[in-house]
Amino acid sequence: MINIFEVNETNEMIEHEHLDVRTITLGISLLDCMDSDLDRLNQKIYQKMTTLAKDLVSTGEKIEQNYGIPIVNKRISVTPIALIGSAACKCPEDYVTIAKTLDHVAHEVGVNFIGGYSALVSKGMTPCDEMLIRSIPQALAETELVCSSVNLGSTKTGINMDAVRLMGQIVKQTAEHTKERDSFGCAKLVVFCNAPDDNPFMAGAFHGVTEADAIINVGVSGPGVVKTALSKVRGESFEVLCETIKKTAFKITRVGQLVAKEASRMMDIPFGIIDLSLAPTPAIGDSVAEILEEIGLECAGAPGTTAALALLNDQVKKGGIMASSYVGGLSGAFIPVSEDQGMIDAVRINALTLEKLEAMTCVCSVGLDMIAIPGDTSEATIAGIIADEMAIGMVNQKTTAVRIIPVIGKDVGEQAEFGGLLGYAPIMPVNNHSCEAFVSRLGRIPAPVHSFKN
Amino acid sequence: MEDRAKRTVITVVGKDTVGIIARVCTYLAEHKINILDISQTIVQDYFNMMMIADFSTADQPFSKTSEDIAALGEEIGVIIRCQKEEIFDMMHRI
Repeated sequence: MINIFEVNETNEMIEHEHLDVRTITLGISLLDCMDSDLDRLNQKIYQKMTTLAKDLVSTGEKIEQNYGIPIVNKRISVTPIALIGSAACKCPEDYVTIAKTLDHVAHEVGVNFIGGYSALVSKGMTPCDEMLIRSIPQALAETELVCSSVNLGSTKTGINMDAVRLMGQIVKQTAEHTKERDSFGCAKLVVFCNAPDDNPFMAGAFHGVTEADAIINVGVSGPGVVKTALSKVRGESFEVLCETIKKTAFKITRVGQLVAKEASRMMDIPFGIIDLSLAPTPAIGDSVAEILEEIGLECAGAPGTTAALALLNDQVKKGGIMASSYVGGLSGAFIPVSEDQGMIDAVRINALTLEKLEAMTCVCSVGLDMIAIPGDTSEATIAGIIADEMAIGMVNQKTTAVRIIPVIGKDVGEQAEFGGLLGYAPIMPVNNHSCEAFVSRLGRIPAPVHSFKN
Repeated sequence: MEDRAKRTVITVVGKDTVGIIARVCTYLAEHKINILDISQTIVQDYFNMMMIADFSTADQPFSKTSEDIAALGEEIGVIIRCQKEEIFDMMHRI
């Protein structure tokens, strides 16, 4: 039987160390909503989503009450809208109407975000893909809860540089469209290399075409729990350090597994995957950077950071994989700057630079995330930053992403405020030497060789 | 009634005072909830108690008991929580 110390340990994690379930994300396939008539398409989308998701929020709340574990977000991901709108949309504005329908659904069912205003263009773009991409700035400016993502490359296909160049422009336009809110639109826009089909985290969640009609995916959190556990093994060997992270990740993931199974049972929708990511929030003590400090760095960005992050990421996976029957999504340690107080502090004292963050993305689960840069950064430079990050994902056979915010009207030394879980970020300097001639080349970067690994 | 079959862990944390267990137990008895196990410790002057209770015969939904008992805790000046046992089992047992 469970004893009082075990009960106290769990409740201590929930109460003082920010253990929570970050998100229950309901993936919904919209393939059967496709129609050549735009109004009918929007109507079908609205009908299907509000029917399937009507109990999502109340289910989350009931699980919270039963187990005493906070579930921070309830979200929905849908089939990439570029596909869904392909028969009906004749111009970017047509796609914007679908974004507005999604936003309407989000408000109606009470979810925090809807992801899937997406296009998958890793090898080439159809005219519909391009229309959706061109509609992103307007769609994100005119909706509140819709998130957008574009997959620009993969290990199997290489990198679609035409799409990378276009996304450089789109990121900038999205920033312009939302400039009165510190270019907030860009916080809802992410580009990927090797995007997973079942990621429950925003802004990159979408419901892949290989998925079932509806599915429950759960993202767990808990950097604070790992940090507290590590504070008890200061000075111990790497073996002890790694064991501690593994055990803690196991415990955190078990809670996610329980919540996912319960949500699946209560809503009668199959359970998909658990995403094992350590997702920080701006709250003190809920920071991945603080774990790196606990491992032994003065602050994130110091030499040793990449190694410490590699170790952390790997041990989180090792512990989590045994705890859940199905693991998927991004699964690792997130390093968003604006959502992590430790990262923000490290940027402020110039310990953490864009280049170091890029190196860290080689070993962490996602990529350059929630980074504010000067608003006058050129489209070509943004495309260059995206291309670099895509190349890391392509060559290392991992998911990488870029969610970067050129904050219009602000420069290095100033700060952008996004609010809520998205936090705030000091504007980081960017290397402004030109890559114009590079990103202006047409076509794609071929897929890398899969042998002769060096 | 909703989800009655499962065992529930009730924890009480707060400053020690006369009759905490008595009042919680009285409430549970009134609602036909059977107590299977009780353990308690005092950590740094703080009263720390855990009960495992069987809700299968309860005369009201879990959510009602959970809310009532939390309110009772507030009245006494302690924090009382009802959680399904599964969360602890999942985390601490392989």
